[in-house]
Amino acid sequence: MNIYLPIAEVSVDAFLLLGIGGGVGFLSGLFGVGGGFLMTPLLILIGIPPAVAVATEANQIVASSFSGVLSHWRRKTVDFKMGAVLLAGGLVGSAIGVQIFALLRVLGQVELLVSLCYVVFLGIVGGLMFVESLQALMRTRKGVQGRTKRRHGWVHGLPFKMRFRASNLYISAIPPFLVGLFVGVLAAIMGVGGGFIMVPAMIYLLGMATTVVVGTSLFQIMFVTGATTLMHAITNQTVDAVLAVLLLLGGVVGTQIGVRIGPRLRAEQLRILLAIIVLLVCAKLGFDLVIEPSELYSLGGDGH
Amino acid sequence: MRAVVLLLLTFLSGAAAAEEVVAALSQNRVSITTGFDGSEIVIYGAVKREAPAATDSALDVIVAVTGPSEPVVVRKKERRFGIWINDGGVKVDAAPSVYAVASTRALREVISHTDDLRYKVGIDHAVRLIGDTHADRYPEDYRAAVIRLRKDQGLYFELPGTVEVTEETLFRTAIALPAQLVEGDYRARIFLLRDGQVLDVVEEGIAVRKVGLERWIYTMAKEQSALYGILSILVALAAGWLASAFFRLFFP
Repeated sequence: MNIYLPIAEVSVDAFLLLGIGGGVGFLSGLFGVGGGFLMTPLLILIGIPPAVAVATEANQIVASSFSGVLSHWRRKTVDFKMGAVLLAGGLVGSAIGVQIFALLRVLGQVELLVSLCYVVFLGIVGGLMFVESLQALMRTRKGVQGRTKRRHGWVHGLPFKMRFRASNLYISAIPPFLVGLFVGVLAAIMGVGGGFIMVPAMIYLLGMATTVVVGTSLFQIMFVTGATTLMHAITNQTVDAVLAVLLLLGGVVGTQIGVRIGPRLRAEQLRILLAIIVLLVCAKLGFDLVIEPSELYSLGGDGH
Repeated sequence: MRAVVLLLLTFLSGAAAAEEVVAALSQNRVSITTGFDGSEIVIYGAVKREAPAATDSALDVIVAVTGPSEPVVVRKKERRFGIWINDGGVKVDAAPSVYAVASTRALREVISHTDDLRYKVGIDHAVRLIGDTHADRYPEDYRAAVIRLRKDQGLYFELPGTVEVTEETLFRTAIALPAQLVEGDYRARIFLLRDGQVLDVVEEGIAVRKVGLERWIYTMAKEQSALYGILSILVALAAGWLASAFFRLFFP
C-alpha cells in the first residue's frame, strides 16, 4: 500500500516504513540506542530526501525512546540523576556541534566529514565493544567469575562528587558531563541521538551498572531528539508528519518487544550483538568511501 | 482589389499551413491525496483543416508533458587520498521535475533536428544549463547526468508509438504520471507535424495540487512550524505511552 508523504514529496510503501520502524525500534529497546545510525541510511536508500530523513527520524526516536523509558522506569532501571547530568552536558555539546556543523558547511565537504565521523566512531566503538564482550564471554565460558574492576585513579579525585544510587556509583559529576558533552557534539554533527557512543561510554568510561545503562541512555536520547525535532521543524521545515507516524507506529511496538527480550539475554551477548551491528554499518560506509561507485554523479537539492 | 484578396488567400494558406490542432485533456487538475499512486492523463484531440488532407505524407503528433522546472545541484565523486568524495558540484539552471514525451513513431523519425531544437521537444532539451563558472569541469557531463539519473528514477521517459491517429484526423494518447509527483503547474504541449516540420502547437495546463490531509500538513509545516514541531513531539510521546500501556496490559 503506497502512501504519499507530504513533506518528502515521494510515494512509499507504508508496510515497508512500518517494518523499518519496527526493526530499528526493536534494537532501540534492546540496546538503548536511538537507532539513528541505522535509520538514516535506510531511509535514504528507499528514496527519502536526506534532510527529511534526518529530521523525521529524530521525531520517531522521541516516540520509541519515551516508550522504552516508561518500561524501564517501572522496573526502576533508569538513573534519572545520571541522565540529567549527561543531558546537561549533551545540550551544551549539541549547541557547540551545531556551530561546528554550520562552519563546516561554509567550508564545504560536510558530507565527507559526516561519513568519516561515522566510519571512525562506529569502527572504534564497535571494535572495542566486540573485543571486550568477546573476552567477557570467554571468561564466563571458562567459569571464571567476571570481576568488575573498581579503578581508583585520578577520576575519583575530581570535585563535585555526586552519589548516583541507581548506577551504584559515587563519582564526580565532571566525567559524565564531559561524556554527555562529547556525545552531544558528535550527535549534532552526525545527525543522530548518539546512543551508540553513549552506551559504551557509560559502561566502560563511567563504569555504570549495566542494568541501568539502557534506560538511562534512552532517557537522555529522548530529550536530545526532542530538541532536534523542534529545531529541524522550525529552521528547515523538514519533519514529515506522515512518515514520522508510520515509523513510530512500527517503532514503539518494536521497542516494547526489545525491552521485553533484553533482560532474558546475557549482557555480554547483548553487547556483542550491538558491536556486530555497529561494525557492519561501519564496514558498509567504509566500503562506500573506498570502492568506486557505479554512478559517479548525484543530484543534491535545489542549490539554495 | 481581386488581386489583393487572391494574394492574401495564398499568403494565409501558406502561413497557417491549413492544418491546426485542437486538443483537450481528460483532467486539468491532479489532486495528490494520501493514497496517491500516480495519475494517468488522457490527451486527445483533432486536426482542423480547410482542404482535404495531403496524401503524400504522414501526419504525426507529439505530446510532451513537463513538470515545474527547478535548479538542481549535480555532484560528481572523485577519488582523492584513496577515498571517493564529492566535488563542489555544478548548478544546472533548469530541470523539470517530470518530463514525458509521447509520439506517433520514434521521436527521431517524427521531428527534424532543427524543429526539435526550436521547440525543445526531446528529453535532451528539457534540462538547461546556462552558465557555469567552473572552467575545469565539463558542464555537459553534469547536464547529461541529470537526464540519466531522472530517467533511471522513472521521472523522464519517452513513449514512442503511443499516440494513435485515426483517419488522419483524430488522435489520442495516455500518459501515466509517476507517483513521485511534485506539486506545481505542469504543462502539456501538443505538436502537429508533417515531414518532420511542426505545423501547429497548442498548450494546456495541468495543476498538480496536494489536497486534504496532505495540504493541511504541508501548509502547517510551512506556516506554523513551531506549533507543528511541538505537535510532532506530542504525537510521538502519545504513541510511545500508548504502546507501553498496551504492552503492559496484554503482555505483563
